[in-house]
Amino acid sequence: MYSKKVLNHFAKPRNLGEIKNPDGVGEAINPVCGDSTKISIKVKKIDGKAVVDDIKFRTLGCVAAVATSSLTTELAKGKSLAEIKKFTRDQVVWKLHGLPIKKVHCSNLALDALKKAIQDYQSKQRSKQKPKSIKKIRNKSK
Amino acid sequence: MRKVYLDYAATTPTDQRVIRTMFPFFNQKFGNASSLHSFGQEAKRAVDDSRNKIAQTLKCKEEEIIFTSGATESNNLAIKGVFKALSDKFKKDVKGKFHFITTQIEHPCILESFDALKQIFPRKISVTYLPVNKYGLIDLKQLEKSIQNNTVLVSIMFVNNEIGTVQPIKEIGSMLKKIARRRSHGDLPLYFHSDATQALSYFDCNLQKLSLDLLTFSGHKIYGPKGVGALVAREGIFLQAILQGGEHEWGKRSGTLNVPGIVGLGEAVKIAHQERSSIIKSVQNLRDYFIKKVTQEIKGIKLNGSLEQRAPNNANFNFKGIKGESLLTLLDQKGIAVSTGSACSSGKIQSSYVQLAIGNTTAEAHSSVRFTMGKYLTKEDINYTVKELKKAVDKLRGISGEL
Repeated sequence: MYSKKVLNHFAKPRNLGEIKNPDGVGEAINPVCGDSTKISIKVKKIDGKAVVDDIKFRTLGCVAAVATSSLTTELAKGKSLAEIKKFTRDQVVWKLHGLPIKKVHCSNLALDALKKAIQDYQSKQRSKQKPKSIKKIRNKSK
Repeated sequence: MRKVYLDYAATTPTDQRVIRTMFPFFNQKFGNASSLHSFGQEAKRAVDDSRNKIAQTLKCKEEEIIFTSGATESNNLAIKGVFKALSDKFKKDVKGKFHFITTQIEHPCILESFDALKQIFPRKISVTYLPVNKYGLIDLKQLEKSIQNNTVLVSIMFVNNEIGTVQPIKEIGSMLKKIARRRSHGDLPLYFHSDATQALSYFDCNLQKLSLDLLTFSGHKIYGPKGVGALVAREGIFLQAILQGGEHEWGKRSGTLNVPGIVGLGEAVKIAHQERSSIIKSVQNLRDYFIKKVTQEIKGIKLNGSLEQRAPNNANFNFKGIKGESLLTLLDQKGIAVSTGSACSSGKIQSSYVQLAIGNTTAEAHSSVRFTMGKYLTKEDINYTVKELKKAVDKLRGISGEL
């Protein structure tokens, strides 16, 4: 039913766990089957680009959910946030040498969690810059 | 690698003795049981023998046994066949709907048969789905209250395939019999049907003792062949065929008789009956030992179903923080075959309705795994399974963490 690659990621999940003091955390739940994934990331600036320096996941789910989580973290590591935002579910499925049709929905989970982690990171960045921007707005309104 | 089969409720291996009785009917005594020549009559005699074996075990008449392709067909025939015959017979007299009663935890072939009828004849049929308590048992008083003057069939499974709960079939039967007696001549009948697919190996399915009008069973769940089963329908019951053709089985089920299958089915029923008490003892011992070991060695588990009203071969657990399908896959990699009711893998991305009916949450439903034992299992198999189960549970909880 599952490809060898899926079963390999399921048996030996990459980047399993949680990052201490992460820069961003994202959680996604599939309401239909109850699967959930949590992804934490550490972000580093390289040549002005924000890049995922470290990434870890936890998943409560079926074989496909665990395997896609593992593969998604593998794909994301070292990539820039802009690149990751362009990731699609089909890419993940293709890299896993396919998933049974009924399991394709599982591949959304890790991607959703990862994108939420990036959003979390970016909103934290914005709030760090907040005092400045509020001043600017106030100045403008005057 | 050791291979341990713990999915006897899905199907069983065919008993060697059953295979031996079937063998000649593939290419030596291969006649069509409907043919008038000696080849045909030889096959017909074998079918009659099988019918006789089953009739003796179930305490019914030979002509009350309708051979089918299995439990799904038998259940379809029971529901659709009764509805069809009654709507034909009481065409003018009944203006309202025919009322049926069943439970929320029946096999899909029962539930979907009702759905199909409701879809085609929305004005002619209404169905009550009895809820069950946390052990999976129906409430007899609630059943009694649900019966109306236009109730024609009560269909309640003997043993639930997922959690192994055994319904009080005998009590239901005698209650329905009393109610049916109160109806006067010319009124609608009140029939009692039970799907005994999971029951025949472990329970006496004597139709008279249980006051049953219709009984479904299948070969491959009782160490017989796949693709053959039967519906037993008491004499005089209004039942029309749902498969039309050569008028086999007294016009109740057309289609050339599956002679090797029927021969095997008869032998399987006979063996099940003869060896029942010894098999119950050995299977229940292993099952109880398994439940005890799992409860001792693995934390965060819950046994689903009832402890007392339970088939001797079934154990069904919820594992906290684990998806049943993942556990199934890890155990499969160790040669251990189990099953999970709630899975995307079972074709529908849904929680098991049986798990939800006994009050489990969606998450709990998805964490359930069924272990069903059988007569070829050993204590070493169970010890190996408990050891590997513990490892697999630890591994998966390591992946899910606190989620």
